[in-house]
Amino acid sequence: MSEAAAKPTLAVWKFSSCDGCQLSILDLEEELLDIVGAVEIAYFPEMTRAVVKGPYDVSLVEGSVTTPEEAERIAEIRENSKILITLGACAVAGGIQALRNFDGADAHAWVPTVYAHPEYISTLSTSTAISDHIDIQGSVQGCPPNKYHLLELIGSLVWGRTPNLPTHSQCLDCKVKGNVCVLVAHGTPCLGPVTRAGCGSVCPSYHRGCYGCHGPAETPNMDALTTRWRSLGVAEDDIVRGRRMFYAWDPGFVGPGEEHHKQPAAETTRGQGSI
Amino acid sequence: MSTVMDVQAVYTLIDSLKSDGYEVVGPRLRDKALGYVAGTNGSDLPAGLGDDQSPGNYRTRDRGDGALFGFRSSPQSWRRWIFPPNAEVWSARRDNDSFVVDTSAPDSMKVAVIGARACDVAALTIQDKVFLDGQFQDPAYKARRENLLIVAVNCSLDADSNTCFCASMGTGPRVQAGHDIALTEIIEGDKHYFVADAQTDEGSRILEGISGAPAGTDEVAAADSAISNVADSMGRKVDADGLPELMNESYESPRWTVVGERCLSCTSCTMVCPTCFCTNIEDSGDLNGVATRTRSWDSCFTLRHSHIHGGAIRNTNKARYRQWAIHKMGTWQEQFGTSGCVGCGRCITWCPSGIDITEEVTAIREEA
Ligand code: SF4
Ligand code: SF4
Ligand code: SF4
Ligand code: SF4
Repeated sequence: MSEAAAKPTLAVWKFSSCDGCQLSILDLEEELLDIVGAVEIAYFPEMTRAVVKGPYDVSLVEGSVTTPEEAERIAEIRENSKILITLGACAVAGGIQALRNFDGADAHAWVPTVYAHPEYISTLSTSTAISDHIDIQGSVQGCPPNKYHLLELIGSLVWGRTPNLPTHSQCLDCKVKGNVCVLVAHGTPCLGPVTRAGCGSVCPSYHRGCYGCHGPAETPNMDALTTRWRSLGVAEDDIVRGRRMFYAWDPGFVGPGEEHHKQPAAETTRGQGSI
Repeated sequence: MSTVMDVQAVYTLIDSLKSDGYEVVGPRLRDKALGYVAGTNGSDLPAGLGDDQSPGNYRTRDRGDGALFGFRSSPQSWRRWIFPPNAEVWSARRDNDSFVVDTSAPDSMKVAVIGARACDVAALTIQDKVFLDGQFQDPAYKARRENLLIVAVNCSLDADSNTCFCASMGTGPRVQAGHDIALTEIIEGDKHYFVADAQTDEGSRILEGISGAPAGTDEVAAADSAISNVADSMGRKVDADGLPELMNESYESPRWTVVGERCLSCTSCTMVCPTCFCTNIEDSGDLNGVATRTRSWDSCFTLRHSHIHGGAIRNTNKARYRQWAIHKMGTWQEQFGTSGCVGCGRCITWCPSGIDITEEVTAIREEA
């Protein structure tokens, strides 16, 4: 990138989500000046009210699709973006709100129990990944993503190289850190063996089992891990709850003998996962 | 000539290593396990603590005998002090129209490991072949290796060695070569002593400064018989006869499918193994134009390990477990002239699925 060239424009969009992914960008406090030096923040309401009109070189998308309006809006954003990257568990896999997708759940039946005026609520019966609706160029995993992975992504886009984002199992990072395995040494159920590294093995470092918040590792073997959890004496419904968290609807976290439940509403194919 | 030392003398030995400028890496209770930690004092040694290990399970226990080294293989080997998990290889930064490359000099910290077992010392000599004996030497490894002092401990206390099988692999339980000092801990009724032997000049120099009496024939015999007792009661066995050939011909064994279903491809076995040497090289650049090349521990259980043009060639857990086991027990021989396994048992204990390499090798032999 030469000094004279216009900076690439970056837009950050929110769908059904908690804003945590966007906050991870803002958490890059020490690097924010470098970021705004390298890219033009064209649309990022959580950061600035100034808006530059599209189309955009890069769009980062947080959140899942849970309303008819969102299903339309993501198609427009796709039209207006050269590169579109999804951020976080909601955008990548539907998020924890995808619990509504499972058999027996009925989002429409829940609405009156949550909202005083259910007549104002218009919702889909599913929460689906952005890549179920449009093609994407890649994603950064995690609930929320590691802020340094976001920095790595932005750097790689600026320099035109492939970002270094891990896809291997949490256990590798746990061992590198020198942690004692909580599953083997404490008998604590841990999702680490099937979970993607990237958080810095936070939970095992504090003697907790991994909760899978970075999503499935590259080739998760949930059947084998379930066998191990059973041998630790974890109850069947706790095993199911254990894997139905941030990445509940991700095919990588489907348990033994389970189908991937009902198909998502949209008929577009899933994206490729990581870039 | 052997010397007899008491518990206090072991503490003095640690103090004297520290005053000689060594960073002492020794065993300590941490996170409910007995592992190696830097900055060891005599009072950190896990007096009276032992462990119980089985496939996928590890627990500490009170031995009730005050033993300083009454435990088996540690959760991880101490390879990280010679072959660190993450190391910057070089970095480069922009300088007007050119760029400048920065390489840091290898660090020259003196490290002394106390409590190293025979399997781990044997593993170090295997890693030496990888990093030092080939066409190219690894300068960072070489610098750390030259500054390493090893106070080894012969395994003498635990009759049932649980997941270990060093006797099968011919590496232990008596430390063979590569160490500076060897200690054998003996507890008989009220008597608690160590038989110490220096193996190198540096080892002799250090032992001379420690109070101890020349060992008598009884004490030497007690040490010998305690070590043989451990050798005779190994928790696991592998028939090492013709093992490389067996493994090299096992490619089509149906056993790989069975074990592949249990394997999580979690990489734990390769991370805890004292001989594994695979690394990943990553280049990255920050927003200010500083590029960094980093070398990090990698494993044949990751997809990228077999990634070539067009994708990974070992896509299944079965293919990756097979690669690992055949490398350890088979092709390593061709590559480096030794087995890649020293029988420390760590991959068995620390496998979250409890997969036991000795059981797999036995099954493959029975099917062959
Ligand atoms: S604590 Fe969990 S993530 Fe860490 S090594 Fe053990 S199983 Fe893997
Ligand atoms: S393969 Fe297993 S038993 Fe053999 S040296 Fe490695 S960790 Fe130890
Ligand atoms: S290929 Fe696998 S078994 Fe062989 S050294 Fe590398 S990580 Fe260890
Ligand atoms: S053999 Fe065990 S420790 Fe090794 S990758 Fe498979 S599950 Fe993990």
